[in-house]
Amino acid sequence: MRDELADVLKGHNADYVEIRLEESQITRIIYRGERLEEVGTTSSVGGNVRALVKDGWGFVSFNHADKLRDKVELAIKQARLVGKEDSKFSQIEPVVDIVIAKTKRNPTTVPLASKKQLLDEYNDIILSTPKIQTSNIGYHDSRRKITFANSEGTYIEQNKLDLNLRLTAIATEDGQVQQIGLSLGSQGDFSAIEGLQDQVREMAQRAVRLLSAPHAKGGEYTVVLDPVLAGVFAHEAFGHLSESDFVYENQRLCDIMVLGRRFGDEHLNIVDGAAVPGLRGSYKYDDEGVPAAKTYLIREGILESRLHSRETAAKMGEMPTGNARALNYVFPPIVRMTNTFIEPGSVSLEDMLSDIKEGIYAKDWYGGTTSLEMFTFSAAEAYMIRNGKLAELLRPVVLSGNVFVTLNNINAIGNDLQMSQGGGCGKGQQVPLPVSNGSPHIRIRRCLIGGG
Amino acid sequence: MEEILSRAKKVTEQAEVFQISSKRTPVHFQANRLKQIQTKESASTALRLIKGGKIGFSQASGFIEPETLVNMAMETYQFSMPAKFNFPSSNVYSQIDIFDPQIDEVTIDDMVELGEKLITAMRQHTPDILCEASVTKGIISVHIINSEGGEASYGKSFFDLSLEGVLIQNDDMLFVGDSQSSCRPIFNFKTVAKEVTRQLELAKKIVSISTKSMPVIFTPRGVASALMAPLVSAFNGKIVLDGASPLKDKRGEKVFDENFSLWDDATLPYQIASCPCDDEEVPSQRTPLIDHGVVSQFLYDLQTAALANTQSTGNGSRHGGLPTPSPSSLIIGEGDVPFRDMVKDIKQGLIIDQLMGAEQGNLLNGDFSGNVLLGYKVEGGEIVGRVKDTMVSGNVYQVLKQLEAVGQETRWVGGLLRTPCLYCPSLSVATKAG
Ligand SMILES: [Zn+2]
Repeated sequence: MRDELADVLKGHNADYVEIRLEESQITRIIYRGERLEEVGTTSSVGGNVRALVKDGWGFVSFNHADKLRDKVELAIKQARLVGKEDSKFSQIEPVVDIVIAKTKRNPTTVPLASKKQLLDEYNDIILSTPKIQTSNIGYHDSRRKITFANSEGTYIEQNKLDLNLRLTAIATEDGQVQQIGLSLGSQGDFSAIEGLQDQVREMAQRAVRLLSAPHAKGGEYTVVLDPVLAGVFAHEAFGHLSESDFVYENQRLCDIMVLGRRFGDEHLNIVDGAAVPGLRGSYKYDDEGVPAAKTYLIREGILESRLHSRETAAKMGEMPTGNARALNYVFPPIVRMTNTFIEPGSVSLEDMLSDIKEGIYAKDWYGGTTSLEMFTFSAAEAYMIRNGKLAELLRPVVLSGNVFVTLNNINAIGNDLQMSQGGGCGKGQQVPLPVSNGSPHIRIRRCLIGGG
Repeated sequence: MEEILSRAKKVTEQAEVFQISSKRTPVHFQANRLKQIQTKESASTALRLIKGGKIGFSQASGFIEPETLVNMAMETYQFSMPAKFNFPSSNVYSQIDIFDPQIDEVTIDDMVELGEKLITAMRQHTPDILCEASVTKGIISVHIINSEGGEASYGKSFFDLSLEGVLIQNDDMLFVGDSQSSCRPIFNFKTVAKEVTRQLELAKKIVSISTKSMPVIFTPRGVASALMAPLVSAFNGKIVLDGASPLKDKRGEKVFDENFSLWDDATLPYQIASCPCDDEEVPSQRTPLIDHGVVSQFLYDLQTAALANTQSTGNGSRHGGLPTPSPSSLIIGEGDVPFRDMVKDIKQGLIIDQLMGAEQGNLLNGDFSGNVLLGYKVEGGEIVGRVKDTMVSGNVYQVLKQLEAVGQETRWVGGLLRTPCLYCPSLSVATKAG
């Protein structure tokens, strides 16, 4: 295969060409209430060619990989229609490597009957809880083999496994509907979703309790976020803004996101990196063949670096960070996060709560989005904090704010870092991309909460 | 695909093969300049079979041996749910115009020129704006056959023009944007340009607003971003069947304002969501969902309809798996109040043009809560400027129960929803104090 691709990549008048070929197999299992709604397997073969000519890009994706040379030529022809200036593309060392997926208990080899048995058990726990109306369960696992070759001599085969499970319990009473979800994932260890019986039971009971919970009153509060939600906050509020493709051609945003600017106090450190092994956003090479790294986005409160592809790094005069990722062969790689987290500090949760007169303790993730400047994300579970103690359960709250203000408003960072693996990130049409987020508990003053 | 069907027929009671192929050509502009031209070709085949009364399913993108696809589906059926339906035997469908041969004549150069003209128009209005735009054309062909003699095949063309602009001043970011879609080529950039220009005009000045309940006008984009997700969920036959829709037992009851009507229509000519039949060969139709405030029908595919003892509404749509009920084009009926008069009526209030994150709330219950990404303050009957750091929250059922007015003018948002402005007497608004 290596020689074949090298041959196809030879002899073109382009600044850069790459080919990606992908084979994958995905198993999906979906429950809605008692009904096992869908059990199905999808297999996929496809690929793409991306070409750079005079700073213009051409991209061709396909399912039929015959006549690969014609596809390379089409991509170059398209790039040539676009290109008008000198290309800027970071130099990296060509790599030849074959990466085998590491796994403890490979989900794609667990028999379908065993998967069903486990999910049946979780579903029964949810549905047997009084006042639970129904459940939703979505399970998927995938294995992919990605072959990447470029005109600089790089040839990489990467084998990847991914596993994702989302369980939702839906409670109803008197025309009211409340739901709580649990998301889990792993890079290829089925045991990550085993043994959750107690957690699932507790989740279903909590959905029922929400039926009688009051809404939070809208307004500004001091909030304490649990590690799951604080991880989402790191991802939404700051992570996306660190993706340089938003920044590199936008002079005004460059001015705002100038390295060395202070974003938070000296205890704040935010990191992204695929080099940490075993998390859902981990890999050895990104989708441009750049080795994974660990990047300090914020160190001691100060903007230190950002996430790059080879193009954005070259155009900003910075080093590539190995963050160019494509959801699959249908899309070109763009700058994405991998494993993003706030580093732990030293404050205990108890101390964090103790001097709050009235505030909100928000837990667990439901969703989140950002416009770069403004972010919103929702907590699946929330409690009032009164006089330093957790008080009544509230309906789920949506938190929103301005990133430049809010990071500065973090005034306590806990000592209990925890990574969560159930998330999927969306950018453009490329969703859901496996990522992980994490954080210890954090406290934010003056955070805006939408009321009910 | 005949071979897949005949192999599947040998080992099952019923089978169906669905094949879709597409070719799309997106032209992307980034930071006001042409950035990338793409050609995306795809082809996939899905097999659904019924054996021992249960449903098996497999799907492949790209080449697959027919035998492999059949074997994959055969591995799944034993775990699956019982099939309550038969594949349709129909093979005649009414003609719906969704293919325009003119699409072939549009060249890449034409598309580049259209995008450039749009961006130029925006920069003439606001020189500092940074635009991301895309112009896309494409064709899709669909072919479905089943063991009961049913067959359908059709081709669809589509064209899309979209623009997102950002204007940054100090730490303030303003986001504007619009898009237009059709099965026919779009030659004129002015519809999109006019809408975005309107947003830029209204957003020029930043004004502050206070935390309290106030009257709110949702523009068509505001309706789409704030109110539609919970409604789409509530009218999904599956969610009704699960008992998780607040409307589950409300058919025939007046739940919404009497001036509020909503229907689903897959038969409109040259709309991108139109087609002669759905993804399981049920003919397309117009389905009333809310008729003058009264809950009328829900959306169904074959299996869900059978479980609910009713008929499919032709809304079985595939999203990488088995067909599931999904809306086609949604239309909200127009009213009789001009936008101008709604604004005039408000002493102090808010116009919501784009709400961010509304779908993160408890959709099933109809709750929405989001950040006003683009919204304007109304004072003394006039729009005075753009608001920032503002959240609104409410419940769709409460908002739509009693509307102050329904707009006279309607417009398409993203090719999938046509709606007027909706004027609601009171909504909770929260904002950062100073
Ligand atoms: Zn994200």
